[in-house]
Amino acid sequence: MTSYKTLFDHLDRAALIPFFVLGDPDEKTSLDLIKTAIDAGADILELGIPFSDPIADGPTIQKADIRALQAGMTPPKALDLIAQITAYKAIPIGLLVYYNLIYHYGVEQFFKDFKKAGGTSVLVADISIDDADEITPAALSAGLETVFMVTPNTPDQRLKQIADKTTGFIYTVSLLGTTGQRNELSAGVKPLIAKLKTLTNKPVCVGFGISSPEHAAEVASAGADGVIIGSRVVKIIEDNLGNPETMKHQVAEFIASVQETLTKA
Amino acid sequence: MKHNGRFGQFGGFYVPEVLIPALEEIEQAFDRFHNDPQFVADLNNLYANYAGRPTPLYYAKRYSEYVGFQVYIKREDLLHGGAHKINNTLGQGLLAQYMGKKKLIAETGAGQHGLATATVGALFGMETKIFMGAIDVERQNLNVHKMKLLGAEVIPVRGGTCTLKDAINDALRYWTSHVDDTFYLFGTAGGPHPYPTIVKHFQTPIGIEARQQCLNQLGKLPDVVVACVGGGSNAIGIFNSFIPDNTVQLIGVEGGGRGISTGHHCATLCVGTVGVLHGARTYLLQDQNGQIHETECISAGLDYPGVGPEHSHLKDIGRARYVHVSDEQVLDAFFELTRLEGILPALESAHALAWISEQKGKYPRETVVVVNLSGRGDKDIGIVEQHRPLNR
Ligand SMILES: Cc1ncc(COP(=O)(O)O)c(C=O)c1O
Repeated sequence: MTSYKTLFDHLDRAALIPFFVLGDPDEKTSLDLIKTAIDAGADILELGIPFSDPIADGPTIQKADIRALQAGMTPPKALDLIAQITAYKAIPIGLLVYYNLIYHYGVEQFFKDFKKAGGTSVLVADISIDDADEITPAALSAGLETVFMVTPNTPDQRLKQIADKTTGFIYTVSLLGTTGQRNELSAGVKPLIAKLKTLTNKPVCVGFGISSPEHAAEVASAGADGVIIGSRVVKIIEDNLGNPETMKHQVAEFIASVQETLTKA
Repeated sequence: MKHNGRFGQFGGFYVPEVLIPALEEIEQAFDRFHNDPQFVADLNNLYANYAGRPTPLYYAKRYSEYVGFQVYIKREDLLHGGAHKINNTLGQGLLAQYMGKKKLIAETGAGQHGLATATVGALFGMETKIFMGAIDVERQNLNVHKMKLLGAEVIPVRGGTCTLKDAINDALRYWTSHVDDTFYLFGTAGGPHPYPTIVKHFQTPIGIEARQQCLNQLGKLPDVVVACVGGGSNAIGIFNSFIPDNTVQLIGVEGGGRGISTGHHCATLCVGTVGVLHGARTYLLQDQNGQIHETECISAGLDYPGVGPEHSHLKDIGRARYVHVSDEQVLDAFFELTRLEGILPALESAHALAWISEQKGKYPRETVVVVNLSGRGDKDIGIVEQHRPLNR
């Protein structure tokens, strides 16, 4: 399994990180779409387990969660799906999960099982560094990396503390708000990337609101080590329900176009 | 954050990073102002001359004869707006004023907290948005209309189950993108720290008054204090002053809905399991994977799959006991109080009464029970008529 460090060290452009909700719109299509994204050039996968109350997510990903839940996705099945993905290709996988799901499963056991499935890092959307003790020791002893979020309103001193608690990459939220497509890149993101680069040498990946190859290229040229694209990818599924072939085709096309733009940037 | 906001293992602030600075700002403001003489004077003035505090403690003679022991009613139903909710919205609204915030947002289920927030929005001249599940918007039409009359914007929430928990989700989401000028006025003693502490503080006059009124009227403390529990704000408000009095039993009554075995209820503390929702570790109604359950109860104000974290703690340490009553018992109690005392209770409050009626004949005659009548029942007349139509 490639660690983030080896990956970021060897990549001469920003890493391309698409986000999917595991099991959206159903288990089989979800696996097919994720394989498609890998083949099209994804460097890392950011994967979510659907939750009934995803407070960090905008409408697009909320709907994806509901689709996946209605199709029967559960945390054990999600781990199973991850194992199938890593069996297909040894790609680094960052998990984005809400605390209640892993709390219920048992944090230690969940991290062990996620590692066994081939996972790389965990980001718990509703745990801040103030409660890192509830997850970090278990994550590290399972052999996982930790990822925490920073946002444009995070004070400087706290940015530093968050960087210190992060072993994987810093998940840099580009805007004040939830996940979701935006027409414009948030004005605050470039200064935030620049500031992080002076405070830490941990990899900086940017997500939330990245909606086009141009957005991706802009944050990459501002110094980001990776770009996470969620709602834009998930919307392809929403827009083509019942047409898995069209979904695959559009996912492949979109990922390839972002990769091309990032390579040129 | 300066404090960890824990009640034993419960509480905390499990929120996305973007909300941490906003919660920290509110924590700081609350620490700074809640004992500030000017703030206290302003709030007490509003409590007394706007809302109608102190509320009476009334000896319910005929209802006492009916159940066979002594029942005293804390009349929060007499407050402006008809419920205890105004205690909290005046407190947090004033705090928002002191912080220089220009806008208020709030969630609401039945519409009572939305109404109380719209009320202080009008009072303080603040732009107010109320998030309300689309299903609740339909079933609580009158309250929606009242909120609009008061100048608030009511935003129907169409995500998830379209009820209170989803309204909280959307209010939190909206807040993440408007943290600089907007104050989230949370409606119950739940959610992330510092809300459980703040809401308790602003509801505590209920218990302070009730305790003193018992001493004045009876020369002693009551034997039992009873309140209904949705998120737990009216209950913690009356419990808090009695917690150190070990002889006083504290009873919280949850919505048993159509019966626990049917799964259609909201008895979180009675049958829930520990988890993390809306920023707090607390008891929840959830499935074996940690997905949150839909709840069901005759009173929309109790219809919530979580509960304030301090109640989870009081349950675990055994200081308070939590019980449930069914919708049918609640309707019976509604009529009992109405016919015996001429007081129409809110269906939420009627849960506490229903537990008292269930104890009929089980306590010695001299036993003193204080019940928090958290609201009046006018808003529920339609629902009561639906279930128990009057013969015309
Ligand atoms: C009259 C009344 N009582 C009780 C409640 C339940 O809330 P809490 O448990 O926070 O007191 C409500 C909520 O809407 C209410 O309107």
